[in-house]
Amino acid sequence: MARWLGQEIEPPRFCIRLHKEGKPLSGYILRRLGTSIVVIIGISMIAFGLLHIISSSPGRAVLGLHASARAVAQFNKANGYDDPIVVQYYHYVVQLLHGNLGYSYKLNQPVTSLLAENALRSLYLSGVSLILAILVAIPLGIYQAVRRNHLGDYLVTSGAFTFYSMPSFFLGLLLIQAFSLSLHIFPAEASQSVSVFGVMADPRAMFLPILNLVVIQVAGFSQYMRSSALDALSQDYIRLARAKGLSQRAVLSGHLLRNALLPMITLIGLSIPALLAGNLIIETLFNYPGLGLMFYNALLNEDYPTLLSYTLIAGVLTVVGNFIADIAITIADPRVRLA
Amino acid sequence: MIDNHERADEPYEPPEELGGALEGANLASPVYDAGDLGALTSGWKLALKSFAENRLAIAGFAIILFFILFCYVGPHVYHTNQISGNVLNSDLPPGAGHPLGTDNNGYDELGRLMIGGQAALEIGFFAAAIATVIGSLYGAISGLIGGFLDGLLMRIVDVILAIPYLLIVLIIATRWRGTVLSLSLILGLFAWLVPARLIRGEVLTLRVRDFVSAARVMGGSRRRLIFKHLLPNALSVVIVNITFQVADAIIVVALLGFLGFGLEYPHVDWGDMLANANTALGNGYWWLVYPVGISLILVVMACNFIGNALRDAVDVRLRRR
Repeated sequence: MARWLGQEIEPPRFCIRLHKEGKPLSGYILRRLGTSIVVIIGISMIAFGLLHIISSSPGRAVLGLHASARAVAQFNKANGYDDPIVVQYYHYVVQLLHGNLGYSYKLNQPVTSLLAENALRSLYLSGVSLILAILVAIPLGIYQAVRRNHLGDYLVTSGAFTFYSMPSFFLGLLLIQAFSLSLHIFPAEASQSVSVFGVMADPRAMFLPILNLVVIQVAGFSQYMRSSALDALSQDYIRLARAKGLSQRAVLSGHLLRNALLPMITLIGLSIPALLAGNLIIETLFNYPGLGLMFYNALLNEDYPTLLSYTLIAGVLTVVGNFIADIAITIADPRVRLA
Repeated sequence: MIDNHERADEPYEPPEELGGALEGANLASPVYDAGDLGALTSGWKLALKSFAENRLAIAGFAIILFFILFCYVGPHVYHTNQISGNVLNSDLPPGAGHPLGTDNNGYDELGRLMIGGQAALEIGFFAAAIATVIGSLYGAISGLIGGFLDGLLMRIVDVILAIPYLLIVLIIATRWRGTVLSLSLILGLFAWLVPARLIRGEVLTLRVRDFVSAARVMGGSRRRLIFKHLLPNALSVVIVNITFQVADAIIVVALLGFLGFGLEYPHVDWGDMLANANTALGNGYWWLVYPVGISLILVVMACNFIGNALRDAVDVRLRRR
């Protein structure tokens, strides 16, 4: 408890046992992996089920209204769409495991290549905005916690609350009005470049979409950061650090930051669905050719294989994000392991 | 808080001046101080008091009330033709006869704001109600049954929760004609998972409490346990959640409308009114964007204010600060 008094005191015994054997952690990871796989199987069932309910006979959709009933039946038979549902699901899963996500009849292209085409551009938009959002939200939340119930805290909280209550596209509209239509600084349309390097080379065109996503995410993250920093600030070790005469700076960066960051790990892992939804809205608003715009166009085309494959991928990414966050938090925070 | 606990664990020793007045009373049982007694008897009253003291919550209530009046009473006071638009009057700026101008089909924008608000509020409340009813029953049943079935039911929740809400809702919305009922159903059918988890958690802690065991011992049926004992006691969690559900549903339905999958024309909600907002801004028709957007933000904010206040009011840990 009191290394600062010049004595080394052993940590509690259960910690030693855990660290030496390491068993509980790997057991936990395995259990967690098991549930994740079960959930992913469930997601594949739902994606397949919905696809099956919505377009049980793709022959009609592919061959058009003028095709004869025989041709439709033939197409369905040739592609296995008249097999029993269990057999169809089996084939679906086998194809998935081989990396085949289905075929977009509307675009005449495998869904996998469609996703691969757009993934990098979306990854750039989401990645940059997520990193920027974290970099802004962490100091902002700590600032709010330290200046709790002062003017700065109130201002940031009300701003966050407003942005949080705002549909993301409305903020985008405000940004377009301000920066594009009134001030003419940034274009209202995102970069249309095909390659992701072309997009990176055009930061002016990407400014508004990225700013939009960053603001929306900071609104959520900073409030979590604030409450987590408030929790940490009220702990004894902070009082202790202050009592031994550390400067405010040393207390915040040395003692507060690491502990207040822990809940952020979970939060970032949980933010994948919001990230995907944000992409959908922002890419549509700024006409940025990424996965979100692809999804939107697929909605307009009623291109269900693409829609449901993307949903499946999104679901799997969500599960993986949660899993990684859970593991990361157990490694970063020994208290979670004991609980 | 800590002081009370410590005191409650110790046997009560009567002060000397009471003398023999307490003789015969069961002194071994823990005796709570007056503050705890008050909290035990009037939990709901305390919650109400804490809620009423919250100025933001009152403001939230006022905003919601204003918009309900505006949307439902407004059209009876301010008569506009929302059945057939006059294209000759399209995109008029605010002025005489049209306080908020007209939209690109020549509908009066202020009147449209009222009609659209009706749809937005209705979908918000219906979707939240559907989600809450399904979620409460599902969570209560799952928590009460326990064992293997509970695990299965909760894995189902995990699965649906892992699918991003907006994506699945949009996919289903492409198949259904957009009406207030269908949109509420779609939103509600995929939003019950969080309340289900909350209620299950509550039920798991409540089911081992003495009054539930007592009801069970007296031969209460499972249905009676759920409806008479577990749900009413888990109510505070539900009530807090429902306000956030309303806020979320209003935002999501605005997103659907913005993307073009909202109500079917000529019906309209606030999101539909913003579907062409980007073009409208480009043309300088600001009156087609800002009144709707600000109404939307105010209503969602009001719901969030109320939700936050309710959460603070019913959260036992925060009470009697």
